[in-house]
Amino acid sequence: MKILVTAKRVTDPNAKLVIDDDGSWIDDDVEYILNPFCENAVECALQLAADHDAETIAVGIGDEEVQRYIRQGALARGIDRGIHVEADEQELDSDLIAKILKALVEKESPDLVVLGKQAVDGDSNQVGQLLAEMLGWPQATFASDVKIEGDEVIVTREVDGGLEKLAVTLPAVITADLRLNDPRYASLAGIMKAKRKPLEELELDDLDLDGEEPKVRVVKLHEPTGRSAGVFVADVDELILKLTTEARVL
Amino acid sequence: MSKILVIAEYVDGKVKKATLTTLDMARQLAAKKGASIDIAVLGSGIGGIADALKGYGAGTIYVADHADLAHALAPTWAKVIADIAEEAGADVIAASASTLGKDILPRVAARLEAGMASDVVAVVDTDDGPGFRRPMWAGALLADVVIDTDTWVVTARGSAFDAAAESGGESAVEAFDAEPELASARTRFVSFDGTKSDRPTLDEADIVVAGGRGLKSAEGFAQVIEPLADAVGGGIGASRAAVDDGFCPNDYQIGQTGKVVAPQLYFAVAISGAIQHLAGMKNSKVIVAINTRDDEPIHKVADYSLVGDAFTVVPELCAKLAALKG
Ligand SMILES: Cc1cc2nc3c(=O)[nH]c(=O)nc-3n(C[C@H](O)[C@H](O)[C@H](O)COP(=O)(O)OP(=O)(O)OC[C@H]3O[C@@H](n4cnc5c(N)ncnc54)[C@H](O)[C@@H]3O)c2cc1C
Ligand SMILES: Nc1ncnc2c1ncn2[C@@H]1O[C@H](COP(=O)(O)O)[C@@H](O)[C@H]1O
Repeated sequence: MKILVTAKRVTDPNAKLVIDDDGSWIDDDVEYILNPFCENAVECALQLAADHDAETIAVGIGDEEVQRYIRQGALARGIDRGIHVEADEQELDSDLIAKILKALVEKESPDLVVLGKQAVDGDSNQVGQLLAEMLGWPQATFASDVKIEGDEVIVTREVDGGLEKLAVTLPAVITADLRLNDPRYASLAGIMKAKRKPLEELELDDLDLDGEEPKVRVVKLHEPTGRSAGVFVADVDELILKLTTEARVL
Repeated sequence: MSKILVIAEYVDGKVKKATLTTLDMARQLAAKKGASIDIAVLGSGIGGIADALKGYGAGTIYVADHADLAHALAPTWAKVIADIAEEAGADVIAASASTLGKDILPRVAARLEAGMASDVVAVVDTDDGPGFRRPMWAGALLADVVIDTDTWVVTARGSAFDAAAESGGESAVEAFDAEPELASARTRFVSFDGTKSDRPTLDEADIVVAGGRGLKSAEGFAQVIEPLADAVGGGIGASRAAVDDGFCPNDYQIGQTGKVVAPQLYFAVAISGAIQHLAGMKNSKVIVAINTRDDEPIHKVADYSLVGDAFTVVPELCAKLAALKG
């Protein structure tokens, strides 16, 4: 069995973002982390691999810096090998990322692809679903529990109104929710080993995707209109007074 | 002419508010594009849904009533939605950014080779024509995006639009001969474990009472939050920490990766106000923070902050509200 998992680099949620001069992207001189949902995806792949004797491959798409996150976030935790696809992230949309992943699936023939449910920079929540449709594979998104039984993956999904359980037949695409697992820390030995694990470098050209255009473009970024802090009330009586006579919401 | 196909959502035979907020977005887009609106209803045994939507100004309501559509499985629903879009000649397919819309609409986009904008909060004019505004980076920035393909797929954030009102007229209702191809979907519905509550759901509630990790346990959460929700007729929400620690069901989570709400009144009880939580509630009309500390980020967005122990302050609030109502 073979499992492909994604590792995306995202801006640190606590970083102060600055809109660049051109107005359509951020100044990229900020702190980055591995997308938290990708940590859950990596952990999911590692657990399934341990139980089902699978080879695991982590894929990251973006500039050269992404390699650090593939090594530290995925290989150091135990993923067998990495693939870095070189691309300018600002020139990518979810559709193009899904096309890159599809090309890699065709090259590697995994039985399962595990992604994060969303990337916490773009917050698009699209890539796994797009990939599944492009491959004609079933999907189980927003997974909070995953088990392989025979040729099926049994997945509990976090959906509006409760929890849904689906069985999808392999090969399939899964997207991880945060409650799927607790990502392990990389051990010192893991970090040392990761330095020697294979990390293949590819370009869009190698995947016959050179010249593909994104379908969606950001034309302008804005700061949201901020909310100003209100007042501290002394006690419950004052709170009730404010809510009934000033805000008139009770 | 441009045509927008809106995907209806319903629960227990009733149209969800999410359908009406999506219609509101569609009307705004229709005004900019000179488009008309159709609606698609998918499922099994769903005639009543189309009837309930007849007065909202759609040209045609397509009803795909098929036993194999009983559960919203992404491959089958995406296929049928794409088929209806082709039959209707729709160049925009819109649904709510609910978990259903998020799960299925990207597959529709892939089928139609359409660009997709997720979780949009406004329809905007750009130098390149009509576009969509959507939050990125947990709402730290808003992006205006344009879609460069002929066909567009969009999901609308429910809390950012008003529920469309009926506009008179009567839509034509057309049965659509759906071919879901369930066998090739290789997807089997196993079970659904629904969260049961008589309170308003988070997407429909005018008042939301949310609790955080400071409530310490499931008992603490129930003991503090439920009486306040009852006193104000509100829905119940939570921070991720409260959900992770098992205080309440998963679908109570509010935030970047949970539900996004914008009620008239939001109580944040024992919630610190991490950016990921604020992303899900900072557009509420009035925010009340109840916290033992006076220096938490939640106070920066709260209209009214009360510093105190939730275990004593909230019961007092409930008692005084009850006395007020007599
Ligand atoms: C990728 C990612 C996605 C995330 N998505 C979400 C999301 O969607 N939603 C979300 O909420 N979080 C999300 N988080 C988590 C978020 O970063 C915070 O960890 C979380 O919101 C904290 O929850 P909390 O405020 O309940 O807990 P804490 O931060 O622990 O705050 C508890 C608060 O309770 C107060 N308190 C303690 N005792 C009392 C008392 N007796 N009375 C009154 N006040 C008391 C404390 O002063 C404190 O302010 C996400 C994190 C990541 C990394
Ligand atoms: N540039 C990328 N490199 C690797 N994986 C990615 C990339 N972009 C998106 N993904 C994966 O797709 C998931 C969904 O992303 P999105 O649809 O952009 O929110 C993420 O959680 C990642 O697992």
